[in-house]
Amino acid sequence: MSVDSETVRKIARLARIAVTEDEVPGLTEQLNGILGWIEQLGEVDTKGVEPMASVMPGHLRWRADAVTDGGIPDKVLANAPEATSGFFAVPKVIE
Amino acid sequence: MSNLTDLSLTEMKAGLAARMFSAVELTQAHLDAMAANRHLNAYIVETPELALAQAKAVDDGTRGGPLAGIPLGIKDLFATEGVQTTAGSAILKGFVPRYESGVTANLLRDGAVFLGKLNMDEFAMGSSNETSAFGKVISPWKARGSDAELVPGGSSGGSAAAVAARLCAGATGTDTGGSIRQPAAFVGIAGIKPTYGRASRWGTIAFASSLDQAGPMARSVSDCAHLLTSMCGFDDRDSTSLDLPVPDFAAGLTGAMKGKRVGIPAEYRLDGMDPEIAALWDQGIAWLRSEGAEIVSVSLPHTKYALPTYYIVAPAEASSNLARYDGVRYGNRVTPPGGNVHDMYAATRAAGFGKEVKRRIMIGTYVLSAGFYDAYYTQAQKVRALIARDFELAFQQCDVLLTPTAPSPAFAFGAKADPIAMYLNDVFTVPASLAGLPAMSVPAGLSASGLPLGLQIIGRPLDEMGVLDAGLAIERAAGFTARP
Repeated sequence: MSVDSETVRKIARLARIAVTEDEVPGLTEQLNGILGWIEQLGEVDTKGVEPMASVMPGHLRWRADAVTDGGIPDKVLANAPEATSGFFAVPKVIE
Repeated sequence: MSNLTDLSLTEMKAGLAARMFSAVELTQAHLDAMAANRHLNAYIVETPELALAQAKAVDDGTRGGPLAGIPLGIKDLFATEGVQTTAGSAILKGFVPRYESGVTANLLRDGAVFLGKLNMDEFAMGSSNETSAFGKVISPWKARGSDAELVPGGSSGGSAAAVAARLCAGATGTDTGGSIRQPAAFVGIAGIKPTYGRASRWGTIAFASSLDQAGPMARSVSDCAHLLTSMCGFDDRDSTSLDLPVPDFAAGLTGAMKGKRVGIPAEYRLDGMDPEIAALWDQGIAWLRSEGAEIVSVSLPHTKYALPTYYIVAPAEASSNLARYDGVRYGNRVTPPGGNVHDMYAATRAAGFGKEVKRRIMIGTYVLSAGFYDAYYTQAQKVRALIARDFELAFQQCDVLLTPTAPSPAFAFGAKADPIAMYLNDVFTVPASLAGLPAMSVPAGLSASGLPLGLQIIGRPLDEMGVLDAGLAIERAAGFTARP
């Protein structure tokens, strides 16, 4: 499987990374280089093998459903590029 | 005492305890060395006032602990309260966390002094430190008869350079596919990645969550053992943190190899392997045999698939983890004139991420996208299971594995312009990362060009002690005393 320039534009859109038309040919070539290399995994017989999502199987813990944090809006907002009245602010979403 | 920075961490502990010098004197000696070596670009931020205040509190007796007064450098991947933390990325320039990471909080609890934040490959994606938005780190080492600048390895390249150049007693590193071990090997120091889950990931900026582990980098195995004991421990804020007691690794360290079985994986002897690396490996085998270990040949048949597996799993997780950098809650924002919120996301990420990070996010986005998920990501997770099973079977025949750390000594800047050539640097370190195993690199010799070479020891899950003991045996036998 190799990607064409249209697919690269689509991936960039999904990844929310603005890509200029000048960048598309180079990216297409680089991504195809890497994809061509990782495709060798297809030759491994994995019939009946369970996919491994974690090196610690079945380890995920539960914790008590209790509030353990909060009440620190100033700290939460301290690094926001834009914050007003205790909220994160973004460019207008609804016209 | 003139050369306080030349002492090992273990010697600094003893000297401070015996009041041969003060914590302030020890810290000041390091701050002076940092100021004299800024050309290495090892530190992104230096925090002299904070460091001296922490050291003074140790001298006053208001701070104590097993690492009281020990000056450390902190990789810029760890959130440090009140001190800029960037992960080496332009997108986080100016980000000042309001919280302390689990690992660094443990070190502060134990009395350590923080000298500053260490440079690194952007979001820990790189093996040469060339991807940092704060400029490349330069290794303090040079090849014999050459003046060419060399890479310190990566991604913990600032940590490696700072420890080797005596700009800190030890440093924190993180290892996703070899980012502690490969740079340690390149600069002639020791570094250990513990078992996945031993060190808290809370407050460590995420790259690939199923692989990321913190660990220490220092100038001896014993120094690493002291730091590892402090860095590890259960943290209920990290869902994969292991709720298990942490041994006192330094106290338990013996270096005894008698009766231990050391496995030599046949598949690591690659076609076209650098003869110097092969010779060093053979030397390491001979050293451990003469220490009384039994050498066993083992097979890890899926080794050749480890790198391509890693370069699906890690970018997939990265594409998800790095989605948080959207210019809303933290980090830098770019809004094109008249742009809406979607334009803002795309412009912010285009401006804030470097080339390698964008490449990996896009690979990750592609392998997780509809129609390709099973062929790439699910298949990679299955091969990962086979790689982990290879290790399980091998450890039925042996206690630790011995391999080279990296396929070559440190290289020059720009030498690996092709991404895949750069990825191949991690050929010996990535398999243990995929299996979540403890692994360390120990300096074992010099190349013909006079550059450090490391050997890697890989252990069973939770057997950091066995890894450190084998590391100490190598360290003693090698008697590595070369300095940059």
